[in-house]
Amino acid sequence: MKIGTLRFEKKQTVSLYKKILNPIVFIILGMAFSCVFIAAAGFQPIAVFAKMISYSFLSAKGFSSSVNAALPLMFCGLSVAIAFKMNLNNIGAEGQYAIGAILGGGFALYGPDLPAPFSWIAVFLLCALGGGLWALIAAALKAYWKINETIVTLMLNYIALLLLDYLCYGPWMAPKQTTAMTSTIPKSLYLPMINGISSGVFLAILIAVLLYLFLRYTTVGYRIDVIKNSVRSAEYAGIPVKKFILIVFVLSGALAGLAGFVEVTGILHRVQSQLPRGSGYTGIVIAYLSQFNPLAVIIVAILFGGLQNGSAIVQIMGVPSQIATMIQGTIMVFVIVGEFFNHYRISVDREEKKGGART
Amino acid sequence: MITLLTSICATAIVYAVSILYAAIGEIFSQRAGIMNLGIEGIMLMGAVSGFLTVYYTNNLVLAFAASILVGVVLGFVFAFLTVTLHADQIVCGMAFLILCSGLSGFIGKRVTGIASAVKFEKIDIPVLSRIPVIGDIFFKQDFLVYLMYIIIPLSIFYIYKTRAGLILRALGENPASLDTAGINVFALRYAYVMFACAMTAISGACISLSYTNFWNEGMTGGKGWIAFSLVAFSRWNPWYALHGALLFGGISIIGMNLQIYLPGVPSQFYGMLPYAATVFALIITTGSFRKKHTEEPAALCQIYDREDR
Repeated sequence: MKIGTLRFEKKQTVSLYKKILNPIVFIILGMAFSCVFIAAAGFQPIAVFAKMISYSFLSAKGFSSSVNAALPLMFCGLSVAIAFKMNLNNIGAEGQYAIGAILGGGFALYGPDLPAPFSWIAVFLLCALGGGLWALIAAALKAYWKINETIVTLMLNYIALLLLDYLCYGPWMAPKQTTAMTSTIPKSLYLPMINGISSGVFLAILIAVLLYLFLRYTTVGYRIDVIKNSVRSAEYAGIPVKKFILIVFVLSGALAGLAGFVEVTGILHRVQSQLPRGSGYTGIVIAYLSQFNPLAVIIVAILFGGLQNGSAIVQIMGVPSQIATMIQGTIMVFVIVGEFFNHYRISVDREEKKGGART
Repeated sequence: MITLLTSICATAIVYAVSILYAAIGEIFSQRAGIMNLGIEGIMLMGAVSGFLTVYYTNNLVLAFAASILVGVVLGFVFAFLTVTLHADQIVCGMAFLILCSGLSGFIGKRVTGIASAVKFEKIDIPVLSRIPVIGDIFFKQDFLVYLMYIIIPLSIFYIYKTRAGLILRALGENPASLDTAGINVFALRYAYVMFACAMTAISGACISLSYTNFWNEGMTGGKGWIAFSLVAFSRWNPWYALHGALLFGGISIIGMNLQIYLPGVPSQFYGMLPYAATVFALIITTGSFRKKHTEEPAALCQIYDREDR
């Protein structure tokens, strides 16, 4: 490909060093660019960033709340990462999260009292089941009738969110409440806090490590990679593609449902309307930034959690809280641009240049 | 009763028009093979830029132009990422959604909830508006609605009856063969994506300059997603999009009114109907059990790269 005198050649391999360095450079460039918007709105960009970073990452209290804010993002990111690993465009983490929270939260609120570990296990499994079942709808339509999963998962998001809305405004609404939320779940179900950080983080890290090993070192992981690269050759090699679509999609949904588990038992301790607050979509951004690597998802999620957390602090300076989403979006666009440089080598076309000089 | 029905129909049209701009834009974009998931965000940017302009200048023409300009610029960036840099369209759409919804909230913070002095007012068309019922429904609307009356037949004619429309359809089905025939696939995709984003921005302007006369963060309230679902629901055809938009508009307006008569059914369930209907329509029109050719563009979401051929 040529643009003017620049020639772009496709690179076949990318070194691990560049693979890691590239997004970091472009994340920083994205942050630098968002300074333009911040300055245009009449604030001091450097002061704003300094305040955000020093609170979110450098103070103990701020860091723990950054990690807590990142908790559901980690699960949504993992959910999207595994689906995109097989070229399944599951953009339904938002809805799967909501349904997971509905099933798990419903059990926590209204289910029978079980002894300590079993109650957690029941809520955990129900959250995963809810997310998985919600994803199964899109998965089955995709596997058997080849229906576009992007559109179906998107539509299911809204159905799920409206169902959550109905429950929280209607039958589940806590008495003497004016906002759409349920009463709190039993204290025995609260996930323990360690130094202000919810222990759900360890669950996220454990699952991320397991996913990483699973994708890298098992035959199933290898087959997922084959399907990603070419569905036809996978079918030719005898890989049951339909079954894989169902399994991976449901697994992805279950992970998104677990975001409901950590949020309901670990952070909010209740179910409320609009609970996912866009985490499902942010999860897509996180999964992409971490190049669908489960371990990187955890780190990028903490970065994004920190941005969200920091936006609350700079509100005191009068900066609108939307700054977090704005910066996240800018970073994303820059990393997409950066990705291009990982896949193409750019050189100046000499001959073109000579021709240009003559005229 | 008649007056209630006429007012329901007239409101349904206003609602339908506000999503039709985005839906028709997206139909063009997807027909060209580019799926833009950032509709909701681009609508918000269109709404906030139009509103900011009208707030500071009191000039509606300028505001309308500002919305379109912002749409075109966003479309250019989106096309640059997806067409030139071969980036994944779903990921780019999400990036746009997040960037635009954040940015619109950020730059519109100062004017949140303040009413502007002017907005697109209803204009009665001289003779036509005096026809009973029909006149009240169709010809007592504002400029943006009348503009849509022209855009619908034009867009149908363009897609199905002109050579350019044929090329557009081929662009989403088989760009490689167009490229072989000497047609500039990249330039055309840029043009259609920019057109689509401009139309989407107008949808946003409908909400902040005509539907209401103020700005609020996230004021599109999911209309972008309804417009997006309408594209698949209408089988990528503006004519069916019109029906779908009226149907979705009707459902939401009737849903609001039925609340009064049927308090048993919560409003959220009416809200679910458009989305459920889209999934259902998608199944029956694009399911692989159908032996017939589906209208879904075959190259939708696929990166066109000459080196891959």
